[in-house]
Amino acid sequence: MAGLLNVSSSPHARSGVVTSHIMGDVIIAMIPAAVFGVYQFGAHAAVVLLATVLSCVLSEYLFEKLMNRPVTVGDLSAVVTGLILGLNMPPDIPVWIPCLGGVFAIIVVKQLYGGLGQNFMNPALAARCFLLVSFAGKMSSFTWTSRVPASIDAVSGATPLAMLKAGTPLGTDEITAMFIGNIPGTIGEVSTLALLIGAAYLLARKVIHIRIPAAYILTFAVFVYIFGKQDAGYVLAHLCGGGLIFGAFFMATDYVTSPITPAGQIVFGVILGILTGLFRIFGSSAEGVSYAIIIGNLLVPLIEKYTLPVAFGKEGKRA
Amino acid sequence: MGLATFTGGIHPFEGKALSENQPMEILMPRGDLVYPLSQHIGAPAKPLVKKGDPVLVGQKIAEAGGFVSAPVIASVSGTVKAVQKHLTAGGSMVDSIIVENDGKYEKTEGFGRERELESLSRDEILACIREAGIVGLGGAGFPTHVKLAPKDPGKIDYVIINGAECEPYLTSDYRRMIEEPEKVVGGLRVILKLFDGARGVIGIEDNKPEAIKKMTELVKDDPRIEVCPLKTKYPQGGERVLIYAVTGRKINSSMLPADVGCIVDNVDTAAAVYMAVVRGEPLITKTVTVTGDAVAKPKNLVVRLGTCYQELIDAAGGFASEPEKIISGGPMMGQAMFDLQVPVAKNSSSLTCLTHDEAAAMEPTACIRCGRCVSVCPGRVVPQKLYRAALKHDLDLFVKLNGMECCECGCCSFVCPAGKPLTQSFKEMRKAVAAARRK
Repeated sequence: MAGLLNVSSSPHARSGVVTSHIMGDVIIAMIPAAVFGVYQFGAHAAVVLLATVLSCVLSEYLFEKLMNRPVTVGDLSAVVTGLILGLNMPPDIPVWIPCLGGVFAIIVVKQLYGGLGQNFMNPALAARCFLLVSFAGKMSSFTWTSRVPASIDAVSGATPLAMLKAGTPLGTDEITAMFIGNIPGTIGEVSTLALLIGAAYLLARKVIHIRIPAAYILTFAVFVYIFGKQDAGYVLAHLCGGGLIFGAFFMATDYVTSPITPAGQIVFGVILGILTGLFRIFGSSAEGVSYAIIIGNLLVPLIEKYTLPVAFGKEGKRA
Repeated sequence: MGLATFTGGIHPFEGKALSENQPMEILMPRGDLVYPLSQHIGAPAKPLVKKGDPVLVGQKIAEAGGFVSAPVIASVSGTVKAVQKHLTAGGSMVDSIIVENDGKYEKTEGFGRERELESLSRDEILACIREAGIVGLGGAGFPTHVKLAPKDPGKIDYVIINGAECEPYLTSDYRRMIEEPEKVVGGLRVILKLFDGARGVIGIEDNKPEAIKKMTELVKDDPRIEVCPLKTKYPQGGERVLIYAVTGRKINSSMLPADVGCIVDNVDTAAAVYMAVVRGEPLITKTVTVTGDAVAKPKNLVVRLGTCYQELIDAAGGFASEPEKIISGGPMMGQAMFDLQVPVAKNSSSLTCLTHDEAAAMEPTACIRCGRCVSVCPGRVVPQKLYRAALKHDLDLFVKLNGMECCECGCCSFVCPAGKPLTQSFKEMRKAVAAARRK
């Protein structure tokens, strides 16, 4: 034995999974939605996605360099933020708007609060809401003409959710089109099918747990059924429309801004379901997922405080 | 119907293939034997010999230093060379009796005198166990005669033999179960004699089908004993989760297994009880797995207590490649050592020599609150929050967040993608809390 031995406290074994692997899995899971978005909306969608990813990564790199902090772009979290933000953009948005969103997400929402793990809101969603408020027109214009003649094409520009809001009933064809993604909307939210493929990957890889999405979607469905229309097609259209599936599986499950306690995750999902239902049915806008998640994020510390698990063997003895 | 198990836990690399097919091999000591006076939980033993005294195999060389304490027995014959501090596997200097081996292995009178279990009274059995120096050999080192004398013996309805051996790399219990199952079952029968109303259960992880088969075969005609296959998952052999898996009962950190009618003893402890009570041989050997990718020929060695660890490495063919880390015990809960001039003690179970130190290879990064630590924690605490309490050294908050329910199994640190030293910091906090409570 020539060298000195390492000495440290146990355990001496590691699973080998590091943050960048997890982020990598999230990126892989968003690829079906991203590919479908580009296929659906054309090359400009790809430019938008690239712009948000690059602006997020560059913002993180430059900020950390300027602040003399270790550069952490290698953990891929900025890429995830950029991709989520990009998938939340209308396909024909002028590129400078998503770029601004990326800077806002990383600098204001993430880095100013201390970087990865310290932000109390989902950076991509906070940035989306910032852009929605600042550039309402451009952020909610979905001019689009279907490649295949579909009935929704008749009202080019109005998302199915907007139609629901206006009281237009949607039939089986429309709902099928929504499931596949042959509808107007943001780049990544349109295809329920592509999103579910990614979600299945995240669940299979155990990157996310089903608790938040299940509680969210179920609560929302029940809410819409009770306060909207008692009609299966109506509820299905609400589930496939807008950012619900994308939000439930990819944004509400963001580790940093969702509860860490298992019971808290259920509570969080239920709150998001109710808030989304409230915004969609009683609000002025057809959409509600982004705001619901952002508000839910703010409640996380409170939720965690009241949902701490009971330690093993301490059941029934809680002080 | 799934196998008996618990919620949480992890599946680390098992590493048992290295040594599981190596039969137990007896290793005779070459150098001096070192007997630390503290190889157990409780008061250190008090030496009964001084420098120059002759000792025999099986001779009690130190007396229990209190109620919760255990005597120390010489494993060779020879002369006491010194009574002085010596380095132990835990890294601290402990008062020890050092014996020069004369190589004759002369035994004390009465060593190996067999007894009829039927004719022994409860007190006689406990006295045999105490005088044999037996402590919990699974690692904790709690004096067995104290454990087997709970306040209300009539309340005990389960005697559980822990054959889970969930710690990666370790195979000594496995070898014991397939090579000497009769000793393990014999020990269980001795213990069951102390508890009339109890059933005996031998819990074994299902990654050891051979052991399950052997044990089941051996106890099939005994209505009081059964084998309980357990799901292979770390830390299945942890006392609290084992009791839960077998009986469905739960205890917390401030309770003893006896509070829910259970007595839990390790496979090796049961075998030692059998040897002491029925065969008249006190605890003088220990089966130690010498393993890891740095060792040339991994082995399961039966060694005399007090033997220097270096001799074990030599017996295993030395190092095939340079070790980066040597652990007394397994990679999940073992103690890293900086020196091999350390004696085999009652709580030694293995010597794991690794060429690559996974724990040191990772620089901690930011916590992303992924919740993996929460989902693997068998104690159902929130390691992420405990860690924040630990960073602030906030003892009150740590206790409030149930930090004392941590069993230090290491699952949270194992899974943490940010490489945080979670378990490591909890151990420090738990020590600090315990110290504060003693004041």
